[in-house]
Amino acid sequence: MSQRQVLQVFEQYQKARTQFVQMVAELATRPQNIETLQNAGVMSLLRPLLLDVVPTIQQTAALALGRLANYNDDLAEAVVKGDILPQLVYSLAEQNRFYKKAAAFVLRAVGKHSPQLAQAIVDCGALDTLVICLEDFDPGVKEAAAWALGYIARHNAELSQAVVDAGAVPLLVLCIQEPEIALKRIAASALSDISKHSPELAQTVVDAGAIAHLAQMILNPDAKLKRQVLSALSQIAKHSVDLAEMVVEAEIFPVVLTCLKDRDEYVKKNASTLIREIAKHTPELSQLIVNAGGVAAVVDCLGSCKGNTRLPGIMMLGYVAAHSENLAMAVIISKGVPQLSVCLSEEPEDHIKAAAAWALGQIGRHTPEHARAVAVTNTLPVLLSLYMSTESSEDLQVKSKKAIKNILQKCTYLPALEPFLYDAPPNILKHVVGQFSKVLPHDSKARRLFVTSGGLKKVQEIKAEPGSLLQEYINSINNCYPEEIVRYYSPGYSDTLLQRVDSYQPLIN
Amino acid sequence: MGQEREQMKKELFYSALASNASRVLTEEMRQISVVDQFRKKENDVAIKIQSWFRGCKVRAYIRFLHKGVTVIQKWWRGFLSRQHYQLVVKIAYYTMKMNLYNTMAVRIQRRWRGYRIRKYCFNYYYLKEYLRAVSEANDAIREALEEFAEMKEREEKKAELERQEKERDYQARKMHYLLSTKQIPGIYNSPFRKEPDPWELRLQKAKPLTHRRPKVKHKYTIDLDSWLACTSSRSFPRSGILPPINRKQCQGPFRDVAEVLQQRYKPLEATLRVEEPINTLQEARELLWRKECMRNINDNLFLPFSSYHKNEKYTPSVYSPCKYDADSYRHQHFREENPKKWVNAKDFQTVLPSFELFSKYGKLYSKAGQIL
Repeated sequence: MSQRQVLQVFEQYQKARTQFVQMVAELATRPQNIETLQNAGVMSLLRPLLLDVVPTIQQTAALALGRLANYNDDLAEAVVKGDILPQLVYSLAEQNRFYKKAAAFVLRAVGKHSPQLAQAIVDCGALDTLVICLEDFDPGVKEAAAWALGYIARHNAELSQAVVDAGAVPLLVLCIQEPEIALKRIAASALSDISKHSPELAQTVVDAGAIAHLAQMILNPDAKLKRQVLSALSQIAKHSVDLAEMVVEAEIFPVVLTCLKDRDEYVKKNASTLIREIAKHTPELSQLIVNAGGVAAVVDCLGSCKGNTRLPGIMMLGYVAAHSENLAMAVIISKGVPQLSVCLSEEPEDHIKAAAAWALGQIGRHTPEHARAVAVTNTLPVLLSLYMSTESSEDLQVKSKKAIKNILQKCTYLPALEPFLYDAPPNILKHVVGQFSKVLPHDSKARRLFVTSGGLKKVQEIKAEPGSLLQEYINSINNCYPEEIVRYYSPGYSDTLLQRVDSYQPLIN
Repeated sequence: MGQEREQMKKELFYSALASNASRVLTEEMRQISVVDQFRKKENDVAIKIQSWFRGCKVRAYIRFLHKGVTVIQKWWRGFLSRQHYQLVVKIAYYTMKMNLYNTMAVRIQRRWRGYRIRKYCFNYYYLKEYLRAVSEANDAIREALEEFAEMKEREEKKAELERQEKERDYQARKMHYLLSTKQIPGIYNSPFRKEPDPWELRLQKAKPLTHRRPKVKHKYTIDLDSWLACTSSRSFPRSGILPPINRKQCQGPFRDVAEVLQQRYKPLEATLRVEEPINTLQEARELLWRKECMRNINDNLFLPFSSYHKNEKYTPSVYSPCKYDADSYRHQHFREENPKKWVNAKDFQTVLPSFELFSKYGKLYSKAGQIL
């Protein structure tokens, strides 16, 4: 045999290998093929191809493995059990950038499913190589490495700590400053995943100087980048007052308010989440947000969103109003209460309604002025119906009851209280009658209105145990009126009158 | 008298007995019975009269007693009531005074509480002002955000229009062959129309597309030395010689491309004289000197013990402490506290005396009645 013929055999084999691996990679993009591939034993065939001489075969094999592991966690477990990871990690250090990208893709695909798989990746020492990949020149490699690190750090605090210990955070902060948008996105999302678990991790991220760069990127026109940046800032700010203050010092207000007008729903949601996390810590931070006009922007944003994107905005209004009565008054004058009552009545989901009920309760509980502002928008009947309805979840019922109780204890606006006399359950009726008994002795017009609207009649019909608080309230209301009127409206008065007619002896002259 | 009668009766009876005069006896007996009846009646009457009289006496006595007792009781009751009345008056007066004091005290307290709240705790007008400022800020932010949203929309619309325009241009370039000629009017230039369709004008303006060169599909070359991976524009060329370019020969008297490239990228063949730098000698000297200096501890020239050293001035180092203490001035304090370092002997003079009330700022004036 001539040399050429010998070489031809080798060439044929190489051709076959490349074709196989390319086809497998292409088939793995479609989910319906993956079952068949798995049953055909594709893992054991791909494994030796990772060690192939030809780099293109190695890369394509890694790509195919990544796509398979990406699909579900059984395959990812198979990748881990097949001892493929150490080989990948070892060759990551030496190969070219296509291979690095493919290998980082495999690590990401395996690490995203569960904490145990991510732990397996950490155990085989992949973090150091990934961090080395973060220093690579090629932005694609950096992106793949940052993505893998982000997915690993997402699961729990220990894994995040492991990622931080490998020294990834300063490199991620450098990656954020790169010009490529995709790389910025991924680096921001990785920082967000790292800092969400605990204050110490967030502090590490802040110490690397991430806040200034993240704050600059809020102005970027790309929507997905803004999502990640806002999410990262809110994960940092949520842990403690100091971190929130540091985020605020980066001068994000009032720029963040422009993000509330963005077209993308998730940008609006993340922006309102960020504002909520800042507002919830102290009254001073809430005051800062109010002074910057943040409340008005959030109220407008609530009007333009639907569904779950409204939830952080609603909670933010609740937190601001909860701190002090001046802030609650600021929320009221920013037209927050009509918007919240619209949310309460419109939204189908129970947890959003519960949040709206809670926020309204926080606004109305401070002084009679606040309670009046809530009561004039006719939200109290809605709250009552939510409390009484059997379809509401328990959380919603509890929150609406607390809100009603808090508002009623301060409410002196009688036209809003009157409907409660008719259809409220006894425990709420007690508060309503108590409020009437406080207001009526001092206001003559209100007394007149109370009689003409039939309230006195209803009060007489209430059965209360003698000596209970309710009876005392009823007595104090009855004392506001002359006895004839009270008797006139007492139940069964017409019967007593008829009885008197029956028993009357007419005067016969 | 009754006894006498009895005596008489007895005597008469005995006398009658003695005298045995039955007629005298019955006559006497008759007289005695009539007198007896008369006597009984008189007796009764007398008794009645007497009892009546006695009764009158007793009643008069009792009446007399009653009058006295009534007078005593009247005076006693008057005394008690007057006492009671005085007590009632005292209580009413006391109540009235206390009510008055209470109302006055309430007035004072009301004023004081209002004053205290307004001065130290809560400034109502400031709150109103603050809320007004907040609502103004809200309006400003709302306007700014509206403008921002409008601007964004406008930009998007513009981008959309540009994209559509580009799309249409590309379509026109593709359909260039539908342009109408002098002989044959195109489909957009029908003779029955008054004026040609706008597409016609677009087609006129458009430049026809050139033929797309057939894309050479790079099959994976199977030769063994094809495994140099990076062939994209961003990586450095790995081989020393550039690969040949697949291109048909340009028209004209051009030289062979390979020859030209070879000539262009020919490596330099330098002569021996050119390869060495011109100042080798000087460099060699410097190198030698540096090597020798490396081992020296002290760079100063050795001088003999003469008066050379006596005129040397001592230059203090910048880092050693000097008496003006330049470093701590701006970094640790601004005003010198130590009196020995002052220029004059006196401290800074305050213009106004301190106001003692400010030290009580935030604390109440009175604390449950005690004056602080």
